[in-house]
Amino acid sequence: MSIFVDKKTKLVVQGITGRDGSFHAEQMKKYGTKVVAGVTPGKGGSSVAGIPVFNTVAEAVEQTGANTSVVYVPQAFAADAVYEAADAGIKMIVCVTEGVPANEMMKVVPYVKARGARLVGPNCPGVISPDQCKVGILPGTIVKKGYVGVVSRSGTLTYEAIWALTLENMGQTTCIGIGGDQVIGTNFIDCLEAFQADKATRAIVMIGEIGGSDEELAAEYIKKHVTKPVVAFIAGQTAPPGKRMGHAGAIISGGSGTAAEKIAALNKVGIPVAGSPTEIPGLLKEAMKKSRAKAKPGRPVTRKKATVKMAGKKLTTRKRSTARRTVTARKKRK
Amino acid sequence: MKIHEYQAKQIFTAAGIPVPDGEVAASISDVFQIAERLNQPVMVKAQVHVGGRGKAGGIKYAENAEAARVLAQQILGMNIKGLTVGKVLVTAAVEILSEAYVGIILDRTSHKPVIMVSAAGGIDIEEVAAKTPEKIHKLYVDPVVGLKAFQARNLAYKLYRDIGQVRQTADIIMKLYDVYWKNDASLVEINPLVSTPGGKVVALDAKINIDDNGLYRQRDIAAMRDVEAEEPGEVKAREADLSYVKLDGNIGCIVNGAGLAMATMDLVKRYGGEPANFLDIGGSSNPQKVVNAMQIILSDQNVRAILINIFGGITRCDDVANGIVKAFDQFKPSVPVVVRLTGTNEREAQKILAKVKLPTAETLDKVVMKAIELAGVGM
Repeated sequence: MSIFVDKKTKLVVQGITGRDGSFHAEQMKKYGTKVVAGVTPGKGGSSVAGIPVFNTVAEAVEQTGANTSVVYVPQAFAADAVYEAADAGIKMIVCVTEGVPANEMMKVVPYVKARGARLVGPNCPGVISPDQCKVGILPGTIVKKGYVGVVSRSGTLTYEAIWALTLENMGQTTCIGIGGDQVIGTNFIDCLEAFQADKATRAIVMIGEIGGSDEELAAEYIKKHVTKPVVAFIAGQTAPPGKRMGHAGAIISGGSGTAAEKIAALNKVGIPVAGSPTEIPGLLKEAMKKSRAKAKPGRPVTRKKATVKMAGKKLTTRKRSTARRTVTARKKRK
Repeated sequence: MKIHEYQAKQIFTAAGIPVPDGEVAASISDVFQIAERLNQPVMVKAQVHVGGRGKAGGIKYAENAEAARVLAQQILGMNIKGLTVGKVLVTAAVEILSEAYVGIILDRTSHKPVIMVSAAGGIDIEEVAAKTPEKIHKLYVDPVVGLKAFQARNLAYKLYRDIGQVRQTADIIMKLYDVYWKNDASLVEINPLVSTPGGKVVALDAKINIDDNGLYRQRDIAAMRDVEAEEPGEVKAREADLSYVKLDGNIGCIVNGAGLAMATMDLVKRYGGEPANFLDIGGSSNPQKVVNAMQIILSDQNVRAILINIFGGITRCDDVANGIVKAFDQFKPSVPVVVRLTGTNEREAQKILAKVKLPTAETLDKVVMKAIELAGVGM
């Protein structure tokens, strides 16, 4: 299982004839994403890498049944593209484009929400559910199917964390980059809620950075609503106040939004914060061990769950083998 | 982006927000002439992009033009928190009855602009906010609907009882919100907003910061950028489309992505070094960007080693490697350079880099430790 994007995702690429749009449309298709349409006003009727291009999102939805969109259009047209997608009935919109003014996003976000749609971004690397679907620019080569949910405000730093997990054989259910801007469609809490509800996700990695108070709010949320083990990393401990560190949101203002405050808030609710991205897998293993011990002293809780599941539903061979692998892995650890 | 007080006051004037008469000057003789024209006591105010100018001695009162000339000699060229004063605003001095505060900023949690007002304005507003937060009144504005007149009036009543002053203030708040919204501001602030013995309400100071993401559609404001008031390396980086912030350490960092750049700096500190900068080459793979980045970092005299950390996604490692080789062809870096390239086209990159025989490392932690070792610091 996974969150936000999966095998059922039928993707329309907005800005498909542009440099980034065409390149990534092909990359996503190669990864196995069902890229059903592209949109560029005035280019309807043509095609890119075998993907049909339409003039409007509405037309693309009507003709192909697209349910998800990814936006690569230039800065000045990105907000309009998101409005268009929401208006056409798209329920999952990923905006990769960076540099959208905050005053624009303040209107876009409520518009999208009012239509029951989800927006991820802007200025984000997108969402990938390994072996199922990739929407955005996250490199497919670094992910691996598994049980860890990854959510991050950053781009390449996320890759670093995912890669560290993959090297330790800790695969992922879904990896999401929510974007580094001040006004974003999906925040940590939205993703934490989805990961908590997702059965395949057994542990969560959260990567934050300086600026704002989303990490602090996430810590409060985890304390109340998340039972799965969480490990965090916060970038920007050496960042000076008042200087914008690349991302629009990464700025320490008025003495708040510092890495130290965020780390303290996370530690306070028992979330370990890694000192380096490479420490994430180790900390996560430890946190998972602790959480198992806490859940059912003496007897591992996951095993029981697996048994119930096996009894209740007819499991496919694949699911059964996963369950078996889990048990073996646990034995090994002991 | 930050603009100066005199520029913000130009925007205020155009929007109909009352400010004292005044003009900007870059020379002592200009200060004298402006003060003479105003023909009344003036304030001479340093124009630098930093808070606390008054406390640092950058804002002074002059009885007449002659006194203003003497003050100009002191303030022009003065150093305030590391910035040299190149311009001063000469403005009519106003008799003050009371000082209030009005500010608008984006609230990231609610995704709404928040208007903050306080009757306890002036230089200690930050202390007021910290110690007596109940003295700061806030209003979250629905960005879709915009600010309504009754809301502005309600805020104005928090500052004044006199209906004349309430009306003037409500009008100023409405116009200030307009300035905030139309200019893609990330912050607008009047501190202090003063009342005069004549019952007038006037914006004595003006501060506007602009959302960098909005600059593409704010050409007039983008043209207000005062390059001389900024760090030269940062100006050069912006022109080269790089995101750069100078720091005080000696390990130069070239990284792709803002988050990874910050994480790399943090690790430099963790392993006993001090980062010399934040530098994000962005998602593009143009080799020239790497050359420019190297040049900017090498122009910082403190740098003792350069660390290049790239996690290739859209950025292709071979492009970065070509940039490094190109940089070594053009100028022989005077300090050791250590490289880590992972991800897209990593192998091709290693082949290209073999030409320049640079020390490399496989992981983030290792490349940082190597850089510190080569810089000969942190031991």
